[in-house]
Amino acid sequence: MREAMDPWTFVVASYVIGVGATLGMVAWSLLTMRAAEKRRDESRKR
Amino acid sequence: MHGFANPARFLRIARWLMPLCMGLGLVVAMVALGWGVFFAPAERLQGETVRIVYLHVPSAWLGMAGWMAIAGASFAELVWRHPLAAIAARACAVPGAVFTAVCLLTGSLWGRPAWGTWWVWDGRLTSMLVLLFLYFGWMALAQASESADGSENRAPAIFGLVGAVNVPIIHYSVIWWNSQHQAPSITMGKSAMSGDFLWPLLAAMLGFTLIFAGVVLARMRAILANQQAEARLRRKAFSEVEF
Repeated sequence: MREAMDPWTFVVASYVIGVGATLGMVAWSLLTMRAAEKRRDESRKR
Repeated sequence: MHGFANPARFLRIARWLMPLCMGLGLVVAMVALGWGVFFAPAERLQGETVRIVYLHVPSAWLGMAGWMAIAGASFAELVWRHPLAAIAARACAVPGAVFTAVCLLTGSLWGRPAWGTWWVWDGRLTSMLVLLFLYFGWMALAQASESADGSENRAPAIFGLVGAVNVPIIHYSVIWWNSQHQAPSITMGKSAMSGDFLWPLLAAMLGFTLIFAGVVLARMRAILANQQAEARLRRKAFSEVEF
């Protein structure tokens, strides 16, 4: 007998992982860029 | 290409190009995913699970494209000593690894309902897993060989070029060996997919590619800013010791 599986469970899980990872990576790249540029600007002032 | 060798000129371009790529990419990707989930039809055999394709294929493409970008930058580093090549390679590693991991995870989630298993050790899946390990190895090597003047970039550059051999293996694995994974649906100039699935898929690929480009530009700006801060602090420390 074939196992009954709800396909939407797999679709939603994929989208949570894919969209979450993408948005997390975008946020991380912007935050690290801002922190690095702030550090560079502060090193100019010293 | 050497027109961008000047970091100041590169930064002038990256300041407007990075938010443009990232913003446009996020909009296009979200529209494409919404199109794929809410408006594209279910597939005759696979049903609703086919909607995973709109994430799985762009992430597979970017996992491989990320390594090809590392290989291209490595070539520019070894041959022309381009001052931004090593920075570009470093900037591509994390997004490339993230998209490779997303590809493996979404593939596994698709495999369970489609094949009845989360994982099989066939050519396509195994070579993609090897790509993820290559990214981890490359990042560890690049971090270990990091130096302020960039003189130690040769080892990661050679690794980047040698590792590129895995990319055609991934691509042709479904042709060369018996595989659970299907053969390519989209090849140069033709597609075996219906337009109902193809157009949202192409839109998702464009959107995620723009996001990838935006993240790479943001990472390059961060690496350059860190190098400039380090160099300035070192110069100051050195002048204080002298006098």
